[in-house]
Amino acid sequence: MSVKQAHAPQLEGELVGRGRRDGNRLFKEWYAELDAAAAAGDPTAYVFVMGSAAEVLKAFDLNLVFPEINSLQMAVRKVSLDYLNKAEDYGYSTDVCGYVKADVGMHLDARKHPNGRIPKPSIVVATNMCNTYVKWVEIWQRMYGCKVFVLDIPGQRGIGWSTEPGSEQFENDRRYVQSQLEELIEACVAVTGRPFKIERLQENLAHVNRMAADWKAVLRLNQNIPAPFNAMADGLTYMGVLSAYRGTETGARYMAELREEMEHKVRLGIGTIAEERFRLHGVGPACYPYFRRFLELFQDWGAVFVSTEYLAYAGGGLDLGIQFDVERPLESLAEQLLITGRRSMSNMFFSQDQLADTVRDWKADGIVYHSVKSCRTVSTGMADSREYLTRIKDVPSLFVESDLVDPRIWSEAQFKNRIDAYFEALGARKSAALVAAKG
Amino acid sequence: MDDQRRVLGRSLIDTGGIVTAAAESAFELACADAGVRRSDVVYVVGTGYGRYKVTFGDTQVTEISCHARGGQYLFPKTRTVLDIGGQDTKAIKIGPEGQVLDFSMNDKCAAGTGRFLGAAAMALDIPLGELGPLALVAKNPVKITTTCTVFAETEIINWLARGKKVEDVLMGVHQAIATRSISLLRRVGVEDELTFTGGVTRNVAMVQILGEMLETHLNVSEEAHYMGAIGASLFALEKALSGAAGAVEAMTVGARLDSTRAAGGDCEICPELPDRKFHDAQERLAKPPQLIQIGRIGEVAKT
Repeated sequence: MSVKQAHAPQLEGELVGRGRRDGNRLFKEWYAELDAAAAAGDPTAYVFVMGSAAEVLKAFDLNLVFPEINSLQMAVRKVSLDYLNKAEDYGYSTDVCGYVKADVGMHLDARKHPNGRIPKPSIVVATNMCNTYVKWVEIWQRMYGCKVFVLDIPGQRGIGWSTEPGSEQFENDRRYVQSQLEELIEACVAVTGRPFKIERLQENLAHVNRMAADWKAVLRLNQNIPAPFNAMADGLTYMGVLSAYRGTETGARYMAELREEMEHKVRLGIGTIAEERFRLHGVGPACYPYFRRFLELFQDWGAVFVSTEYLAYAGGGLDLGIQFDVERPLESLAEQLLITGRRSMSNMFFSQDQLADTVRDWKADGIVYHSVKSCRTVSTGMADSREYLTRIKDVPSLFVESDLVDPRIWSEAQFKNRIDAYFEALGARKSAALVAAKG
Repeated sequence: MDDQRRVLGRSLIDTGGIVTAAAESAFELACADAGVRRSDVVYVVGTGYGRYKVTFGDTQVTEISCHARGGQYLFPKTRTVLDIGGQDTKAIKIGPEGQVLDFSMNDKCAAGTGRFLGAAAMALDIPLGELGPLALVAKNPVKITTTCTVFAETEIINWLARGKKVEDVLMGVHQAIATRSISLLRRVGVEDELTFTGGVTRNVAMVQILGEMLETHLNVSEEAHYMGAIGASLFALEKALSGAAGAVEAMTVGARLDSTRAAGGDCEICPELPDRKFHDAQERLAKPPQLIQIGRIGEVAKT
């Protein structure tokens, strides 16, 4: 008993904030490994956060570079404009995706990233989940002559069209994806000169299973009031580890410990701010060059992002708690790529009902749509989604626009004006609801 | 504004470069206009982009909420507010109590705002006050396609060089603004009654074109330029009364400040704004006019 009492405060000190501390440490270590790989010329794969096929690539001990994370990191470290300018000086239009241009600028600068040197690509793997991916990989192919592999994930062919696992259509699509994975394995063998070991793939899939189960639990713990973490702020750290350490023992352990921390915070009723006045769901990423200010504009009103679309679609299906059948690794990987890929692609256009469910389950007071100026893929459909949720589902929503890496698109006065007005309206709505509830 | 929701005084001045000083001046002038001492005012709300620079203000409320409340005050059946100001155009959907239900604004671009008219006036060297009447005599309006306020000047000159009449070009400019404003309105949904606020309400052509395009009547008040300040005053009154139970009256001031030139005389957006009183504000009040009593919260009203 006395041991427990003595340990309790220490445990709390260790637990609260551990996810961010460990996440930041792991992130630094990962970039340090990339820096070392760049110096040694180790085989490296460039992949994207959605549909990375990391499980396969890590079976070959390839270093993984995530260009989206690189660009995001340039923005939060306030150097993205330098790289954007380099790309625009080179000839890229101002309308091109900011992530692409920041990345191009970095490559033109000999892959010098603020977090360390980035290794050259030996192979790049993309999917069709984002239409820009397909053209982005061609840039590296021209720059480095590296092997390019594009996984074609058959998407939803129309409104209301869907197939369930086990159906003939799904099986056809699954075989199509699996055959591409087999080709990818051959490509990895050729690039690395290393043999493919199925048990390594199984091991990686098992790690993802653990990570996915815990990640799903972590996200759902934010349904509690107060929410134990801010999905827009803290979630970014968690997502970084989730992407970089997917399919590893380190990643699986991190997520288990994160779950432990969140459960602890929920038990003690520990939130992220002194008074959680508003709970929000976020659609679209933040404005990373002004990330702190972006968050403050909401936090100043006592608002917490309890969930975001980013934590769902950028997690490559881990939010669903996907579980691979490790006894049939390739078939299972193909199935999950198909399910999660289709979900990510469809979410851009048919997300409204799922959004309404999220608002209900996470007890959100409203939705914030952040449209990204240089990304029409993410932003297309937001207006329709917002209209549906506001008018049909009576969910108060805010629509603001800037960019994820381009600080030139940010206009704080306009941003703040809209946010303040939104919370004024939200506050009046809550007050009216309270009065009505009291009769 | 007194506790009977009557507007007692007002002022309108250029914001200039020193926003805090402008707020002070506007406040002093409003007090003088109302014939009250500064110390008589019990609650002040700052609004507009410079709202946090109203250093003597008790709180701040965005002009979006203020225009909504002001619109409902002047026209109680208002459900939609369109505010075309110098750099912002806002479409606001409101509830029966004047509460904001949804809003949509122009983003990152001043196309479709009053600044667009300012650019046209400058390009054509016509006083702002003459733009509307001149546009209304147009027979064959041109189509202004540019979405940029700055480039609109180039397009205007191009049309004139091609021999188009000034009034036809002007009508094209008005129609371009109206089209963009209606696009914002459609995003929140147009519900009757629609109240038009902001400086551009003084442009007769814009009022007419919007009404024709929307096929509805637009509520337009001579006080439209003060709509933000009226709304701010209503918020201030609410705060003052809720914060002092038993108080019999309060006087409040809403000061609207933004980075545009908020004053009359030589305002770029609305040209001639004479220094006049809110002569008919009381007529729109639910309660009949009463003897105006001014006092600080807690003082006993003298009747």
